[in-house]
Amino acid sequence: MLSTLLGIRSLAKRGLAGWLVLFGCIITGAIVIMTLVSPLIVPHNPSTINVGPLLSPPTSQFPLGTDDIGRDMLSRVIAGGGVMLQVAVVSVLACVLVGVPLGLFASHTGGLVDRFVSLIMDSIYAFPGLILAIAIALVLGRGVINMALSITVVYIPSYFRVIRSQVLSIKELPYVEAANAAGAKKRTILLRYILPNVLPSIVVVATVNFADAILTAAGLTFIGMGVPVNVADWGWDLSNGQKLLASGSWWVIAFPGIMIILLALGFSFMGEGLSELLNPRLEQEGD
Amino acid sequence: MTLRTYIISRILLTIPMIFILLTTVFIIMRVLPGDPVLLHFEKTENPVAMEQMRVALGLNQPLWLQYVNYIVGLFRGDLGKSMQDFSPVAQQVFSAFPATLELAIYSMIIAGVLGVILGVVASKSYNKPKDHVIRVFGIVTYAIPVFFLGMLLQLGLGVGLHWLPVGGRFDLAVPAPNGLTIGNMHLATGLYTVDSLLEVNMYKLVTSFKYLIMPSLTLGLVLCGVFIRLTRSNMFETLRLDFVTAAKARGLKDSTVTYGYALRNAFLPVLTMMGLQFAMLLGGAVLTETTFSWPGLGSYLVARINFRDYTAIQGTVVVFGILVSIVSLVVDILYAYLDPRIRL
Repeated sequence: MLSTLLGIRSLAKRGLAGWLVLFGCIITGAIVIMTLVSPLIVPHNPSTINVGPLLSPPTSQFPLGTDDIGRDMLSRVIAGGGVMLQVAVVSVLACVLVGVPLGLFASHTGGLVDRFVSLIMDSIYAFPGLILAIAIALVLGRGVINMALSITVVYIPSYFRVIRSQVLSIKELPYVEAANAAGAKKRTILLRYILPNVLPSIVVVATVNFADAILTAAGLTFIGMGVPVNVADWGWDLSNGQKLLASGSWWVIAFPGIMIILLALGFSFMGEGLSELLNPRLEQEGD
Repeated sequence: MTLRTYIISRILLTIPMIFILLTTVFIIMRVLPGDPVLLHFEKTENPVAMEQMRVALGLNQPLWLQYVNYIVGLFRGDLGKSMQDFSPVAQQVFSAFPATLELAIYSMIIAGVLGVILGVVASKSYNKPKDHVIRVFGIVTYAIPVFFLGMLLQLGLGVGLHWLPVGGRFDLAVPAPNGLTIGNMHLATGLYTVDSLLEVNMYKLVTSFKYLIMPSLTLGLVLCGVFIRLTRSNMFETLRLDFVTAAKARGLKDSTVTYGYALRNAFLPVLTMMGLQFAMLLGGAVLTETTFSWPGLGSYLVARINFRDYTAIQGTVVVFGILVSIVSLVVDILYAYLDPRIRL
């Protein structure tokens, strides 16, 4: 699996799936780097008002225009990914840290424990994700960590379900039976024999989760549950731009919107490609 | 297992799920925040008003009693009273529901039809350029924030070309479709397109659709990616089965084989997916409704968030959850009816 992730040359050889992964890595990598170095490259402070005329369409001085209180859209586009990326990283990490052990534990213990945890996870899974996230975010209050936590609760079941179904099928394989017969401890079997085989699925779920987390974060921000106003954020710019739609100021929403799409797209491409590369059945079909 | 025992066991499984759901919502909305009343007033000091509200809403009772009242109330169709205006939440939710249902139905039709057609086309040119283009289109629709797509349509078709209204559900200058009235009998669904038909008023029907097109197209486009993917992989497998080859060998037309034979068999998983997607559809509906000022449950929810109206939000979230559980139950039963293997 590592060779799949690291070998760029071998990626390109693997047809569309390989290209998707490569393309996704480039997009997300570029956006992450842009966000990290944004304080050094923004032409204006993204939060300073009146740096230019109000609601100016793109000009040579302000290539992406300005918003209704005269902030430079180019600077806001360059710096606006920070909150979303932080939310996504924190929520994905939290999901992996909770969902994976929970899935391993429940499926390996079996019996009533497994049934009970599965029932709770299925209930959360069936619930409309965004609506649950809204309820939790409302109660927790604003802020990056709180937003990430509300998204975490929504997506833990995705990890749990994948891990559980994988462990249940891997548990029955002859090599695990052999390890059992040879007297290996339960913990050893779970961590050294089963977990490594579940890892590829975790990677796939995590990349898809990244895209979902970004879109959910954007949605929460759009309905006014995001971080405080003084931070540049693509989601915030979109909800601000909605009020200005009637004036036809397309530039206020177009560029932040494209950035969100690119970021979500990068992760979706990665997820799509990886799931095909790491799933042997589909790979055969694809060739 | 007969169909009847399957249905019974499936219903029995839904009951604990709904209970867990109701309890989760209660814990999130009532227990976690500590005191919703305090949050509603955003910590401004007004002990008298706060105490009055606690008494009026029954929030001064012990938590376990609140929980019992909440569950018992739900069985009676009582979702509590709003913190904002003390009116029954159930009534408000009930009057907002048809708008959401109408949006959901048309979005699902658009997503399903578009997704299945594109999926069939992709599967027939598997791994060729057409297939790649459709696959990438599917991924892109998934990555677009639904409200951004909505705003783009508003800018283009509404603000720019003036073809369609930018928001709302019906022309405010015209009375809304009222349904059919014969003597004392009144028949109305709350779905404006259906009510216009019942009223036999073409103008109202066209107006309803004018307002409906952009929101349902927005939501439908965002959802269609999943259907493309599923139809594509299912059709690809089905097209290689013996009965399809046999049909082709008998000289049947290509379109008959594809749509009459293969698609009929590949369609069942798509149907299940429609049930599963319903949850995502409702989430998307919240954002779509907000974007288009569509007066449904989602708009109601977002409006109540701004008032920090915890009881109303709790009621709406509960209704969303129960709705999803019931739809998935119905889809599962339908699936078992159509495919006897499930019941084994």
